[in-house]
Amino acid sequence: MVERQLDLESLARRCGEWLRGTGPQSDIVMSSRIRLARNLAEFPFISRATAVDRNEIEQTLRGAVLGAGSALRLDYLDVNLLEGIDRQFLVERQLISREHAESEGARGVAIDSGEQVSLMINEEDHLRIQVMHSGLDLRNAWAEMSRIDDLVGERATYAFSEKLGYLTACPTNVGTGMRVSVMLHLPALVLTRQIEKVFRSLQKINLAVRGLYGEGSQAMGDFYQISNQITLGKSEEQLVEQVGDVVPFIIDYERRAREALIKESHENLHDRVSRAYGILRTAQTISSEETMHLLSSVRMGVNLGLINDLEIPTINQLFIHTQPAHLQKLRGVELDTADRNIERARYLRRHLNKDDGRDTGQQN
Amino acid sequence: MKCQKCEKPATFHITELTSGKPQELHLCEECAREYLTQPEGNEAPAPGLAGQLAQHLAVGQTAQELARLDQQSCPVCGITFFDFRNKGRLGCPHDYVCFQAELEKLLLNIHGETQHVGKRPRRTPVDTDDQTQLIRLRREMKEAIDDEHYERASELRDQMRKIKGGPDQ
Repeated sequence: MVERQLDLESLARRCGEWLRGTGPQSDIVMSSRIRLARNLAEFPFISRATAVDRNEIEQTLRGAVLGAGSALRLDYLDVNLLEGIDRQFLVERQLISREHAESEGARGVAIDSGEQVSLMINEEDHLRIQVMHSGLDLRNAWAEMSRIDDLVGERATYAFSEKLGYLTACPTNVGTGMRVSVMLHLPALVLTRQIEKVFRSLQKINLAVRGLYGEGSQAMGDFYQISNQITLGKSEEQLVEQVGDVVPFIIDYERRAREALIKESHENLHDRVSRAYGILRTAQTISSEETMHLLSSVRMGVNLGLINDLEIPTINQLFIHTQPAHLQKLRGVELDTADRNIERARYLRRHLNKDDGRDTGQQN
Repeated sequence: MKCQKCEKPATFHITELTSGKPQELHLCEECAREYLTQPEGNEAPAPGLAGQLAQHLAVGQTAQELARLDQQSCPVCGITFFDFRNKGRLGCPHDYVCFQAELEKLLLNIHGETQHVGKRPRRTPVDTDDQTQLIRLRREMKEAIDDEHYERASELRDQMRKIKGGPDQ
């Protein structure tokens, strides 16, 4: 077993497989994600674990994960030893959760080279496995997840009961311990004020809607995550189906809203998209929120053929690379909010004016 | 699950029926208190709150019963039911046995089911009891060390080794 150390600087310059924008329906579906919660049978859950327990859990699971992951080419990061900005960077990258970044004590994460698989140790549960694919690709994500779960499960004894299934720290996850979520880009439904209607229908069938960075986060850039709320009493395949079956309807709904916008107010839409693109290419200082908002319009504009000189993967990457920790990692220095806004504008100009050299701002 | 109004874990799952159709609310204790006391701003919040919480949680009919339940603790990890309600997180796998009656109602409320279907682990514990004992012994050993009862700690360590099948020395 070779434990490799991940170089975060080189990771920052790259872009995860799930951002490639090549998966099915990837004009609207950004990514498909599945996560499983697992706990070791012979340790208390995290809330009652002592520092010694946490260390032992981390050691045990690190061994199991890296032993299982020799075929996966996993890199391991000791999250407890990372600087705050590096932890924030991993959150922005969706490789660890905000809770994992902000907690204390022994904890770590194993990440595969394509950034499609991450295994968090000592999160809310002892182990959280995540698989993320580009576009609407839940079945393949589940097949990969189940294989990883089996590989790790051969090397660790999980808390499991015949009646309640996998036992988890929070009763909302008990049973399969599985959360299936699909991240959707729904700018037209937001623009036509139909998004609330979609939410209400989803809630009726027990599906949850969240923002870009999971629980408690704002729906930035018109991105919404739809996921199952129920984890007990349904099989993993049923849960994949439950979420997977509803997504095509939402995609269709978003497409129709886009078509209606094009048909009924083509000039207004084109104007909105062009202005957004214009601001992103020329701004000298810009907040993260405004960037997300404008990138969302531009992304829709590219998908509708209103902008022809940009690729979807470039925009997907800009959404992530213009987040605060990413900007600082890419620049290699710590920046306060004002300087970050200047750096963000500079980064956007550099990447959106690449071909024609129209950048009017300072370059580095 | 996190509280719908703040970042804390949701410990109260309230179904509101007043507006005609059922509305699900998931709140932490602080926000639940605020939410439930909102309409009757001038009334003393305590009795109504305790009653409503007990009703919504379906764990007891009276404040006394809720108070009694809150004091119950898991013999393995030591968590009280109050701790669980407050933090929304259980302390160990044995809590699902220890607080079975209360949790069953909660699980039914959240999932609509109480029987797992789906995957099983590749490795199952040889004896679940052993795993539970290990959690209890770990806690007792920590307490013994904290109290400087090193002889007791050493006994506990030997017991743990025996269960794990390691050398008994």
